[in-house]
Amino acid sequence: MDSHKPFLDVSNNRVWFNIPGPGVWQRKKQILKAVDDVSFQLREAETLGVVGESGCGKSTLVRGILGLETITEGSVKLNGEELTTLDKNTLRLKRRDMQIIFQDPLASLDPRMTVSEIISEPLQVFQPSLSKEDRKQKVQQIMQRVGLLPNQINRYPHEFSGGQAQRIGIARALILKPKLLVCDEPVSALDVSIQAQIINLLMDLQQEMGLSMIFIAHDLSVVKHISHRVMVMYMGKVVEMASRDELFRHPRHPYTKALMESIPIPDPAIERAKRGAPLTGDLPSPMDPPSGCNFRTRCPKAEDICAAETPEWNEKNPDHWVACHFPVI
Amino acid sequence: MPLLTVNKLNTHFKTMDGEVSAVNDISFTMEKGETLGIVGESGSGKSQLVLSIMGLLATNGWAEGSACFQGQELIGLPTKEINKIRGNRMAMIFQDPMTCLNGYLTIARQMTEVLILHKGMSMADARQRSIEMLEAVHIPDARNRISRYPHEFSGGMRQRVMIAMSLLCEPDLLIADEPTTALDVTVQAQIIDVMNELRSDMNMSIIMITHDLGVIAGISDNVLVMYAGRICEYAPVDDIFRNPQHPYTRGLLHSVPRLDGDTSRALHAIPGNPPNMQHLPTGCAFYERCEFRLEICLSQQPALKHIDDLRQKACHLEAL
Repeated sequence: MDSHKPFLDVSNNRVWFNIPGPGVWQRKKQILKAVDDVSFQLREAETLGVVGESGCGKSTLVRGILGLETITEGSVKLNGEELTTLDKNTLRLKRRDMQIIFQDPLASLDPRMTVSEIISEPLQVFQPSLSKEDRKQKVQQIMQRVGLLPNQINRYPHEFSGGQAQRIGIARALILKPKLLVCDEPVSALDVSIQAQIINLLMDLQQEMGLSMIFIAHDLSVVKHISHRVMVMYMGKVVEMASRDELFRHPRHPYTKALMESIPIPDPAIERAKRGAPLTGDLPSPMDPPSGCNFRTRCPKAEDICAAETPEWNEKNPDHWVACHFPVI
Repeated sequence: MPLLTVNKLNTHFKTMDGEVSAVNDISFTMEKGETLGIVGESGSGKSQLVLSIMGLLATNGWAEGSACFQGQELIGLPTKEINKIRGNRMAMIFQDPMTCLNGYLTIARQMTEVLILHKGMSMADARQRSIEMLEAVHIPDARNRISRYPHEFSGGMRQRVMIAMSLLCEPDLLIADEPTTALDVTVQAQIIDVMNELRSDMNMSIIMITHDLGVIAGISDNVLVMYAGRICEYAPVDDIFRNPQHPYTRGLLHSVPRLDGDTSRALHAIPGNPPNMQHLPTGCAFYERCEFRLEICLSQQPALKHIDDLRQKACHLEAL
C-alpha cells in the first residue's frame, strides 16, 4: 500500500429501482433507493471491507460498479477511465480487469462444466489465441495456487464441498490476473474451519498479485481481519468509513458501534457480561425510509434534528468519515 | 432424575449409495434448567441427533439406542404417543422460520391450534395466551399483529413468532437448531437476548445447535463438540473455551477471526475438509486434519472417556 493514487473512484453513485405501486389501474411508481449517493475511492493493492445488514445495498453497490446493475446516477472510474458511459462491448473487455466471487460457490458454477472448463472459460473469451497446451498449463498453475489437486481437473462441481467449490470460483476469477477482485460474502456459507482457509488464501493472493479488493461481509470479525479500510452501510448510504484500526478502535457512528457490540465473542465471560441487545427493532422499509437520518428510528442518540435534516458526510478525523449529527467523540 | 438421557444413540440413513451413519454412539445427559450447546461443522450430525430425539427423521432414516426424556423412552415411540410430547413438553425451532410457518394461515390460527390441541383450551383463551406469548418475545402491537400472515413479518420477527409458538405449552425442553444463522447480527443479538430471558423466567432447558462459537459462549452451560457424527469433546462452557482438550475443538477456536483479537497473524485454519460420511475411516475421523495425530489414531477409534468429573473427550492424546 505505498501508492495512494485512487485505482477505483466511485462518486455520487445511485442505484434506484422502480417498483410498480399497488393497484392495477393507478400504477403510481415507487422508487427503491438501493444505493443512494455513495462515494469512495479504492487504492491500489488495498482491501476495502463493506459491512451492513442484509438489504443495506452492499451487493447492489458492487454490482453497479461492475456494470451488472444499471447505475441511475454517478460515476465509476477505473484507473481514471469512466466506466458508466462505455458501450456494452467495451465494458465487456474491461471486465477482464474486474472479477467477482459470490456467496454460494456451488450455485455460481455451471453444473455441466468440468473444473477445467470452468476455470479456462475466461481464457477462451479473452485470450482466444492461446494454444491448448498453454491454456491447460495456466489452469493447472492457478489450480495449484488456490489449493486444488491436479487430479480434480476433470471433475464436476457437485463433487466438491463448499470450500473446494469456492476455490474453483477464485481460480476462475483470478486466471486473467485481474486488478480488481470483488468478493460478495465469499465465506458466509462456509464452515468456520473452511472459512479460515479461504480467508488466508484470499489474503495471500491479494499480496502476491497486488489485487485491489472489495470484500463484502456481514460478519464484522471477518472484515476486520481482512480489510485495510472499512465502509459501513445502512439503508443504501455509507454512514462511516475509516482505516480498519481507526474504525474498530474508535467507531464514531452509533450504528457502527451497535453492529460491533452485536457480534458474539467466543469467550463465555465476555458474553455473559453483556446486557441486552444493542439495537432494538428491524430495518425500516426501504420503500418508505425515515426522514432525515435513516438510522434515527433505531438510534439511541436520536434527537429532533435527526428527523429534520440528513446528516452530512464529514471528515471528523483525518481519513475518518462519518455521517451523523451526534457522532461519538 | 435427569431431564434427558441419551444413551448409545445411532442414526442411519438408507441412501442410493448404501447406508450412511450420521450419528454414532452418542451418549449424554441433561439436567433440568441446563442449556447444552452443540457445535460442529455442517454434516457433523448435530441436526440429525436432535431430529432423532424428536422423532422427526426423514423416512429413509432410523435411530437405534435410547433417548429417555423425563423417564419416557422416545426412540421407537409410535407417532401418536410422541405427538403428545412434541410441541407440548418438548419443542423445536428451526433455522428458517419462513419454511416452518404455514404461509396460508394467520399467525393466530397457527398458534391457537397448538393450545387447543395440547391443552384443550377454548379459542378465546388460546388467542389471549398466544398474544401474551408474542408480547413475551417482544413483538410490538401483538394484539393486532396476531391476525397477520407470516410474509407480513420480517425475518427476525418470524423467528420470534416461532419461538413464541414453541413456548406456548411451556415446554421443559426447547431444541433450537441454528435459530439465528439466517438473521443479521443485530437481530441475532435480540433473539439470543429473548432466549436468555425466557430461559431464566421459565426455568427451561435448551439445546442450542449452532456453528457460531460466539453464540455458544453466551448461552451454554455445557458444550458438546461433534465431528463426523461423534462426540469429540463434552465439557462445561468455560473449560471448552479456556482449555480445550480435543485438537478439533482447539482448531475450531483458533480458526475464528475475533473482533477483539489480533489481526496481524494469519488465521490458524484447520487444513483439509470434513470426511465423507459414506466412507468413514476405521480410526479417528479427524486423523487427516489433526496436528497431533499418533500412529494409533489411524487404526483405532478413540473412545469417549472422562478426563475429570465434568469433562469427556474422545482422543488418544492424553493431554493437549
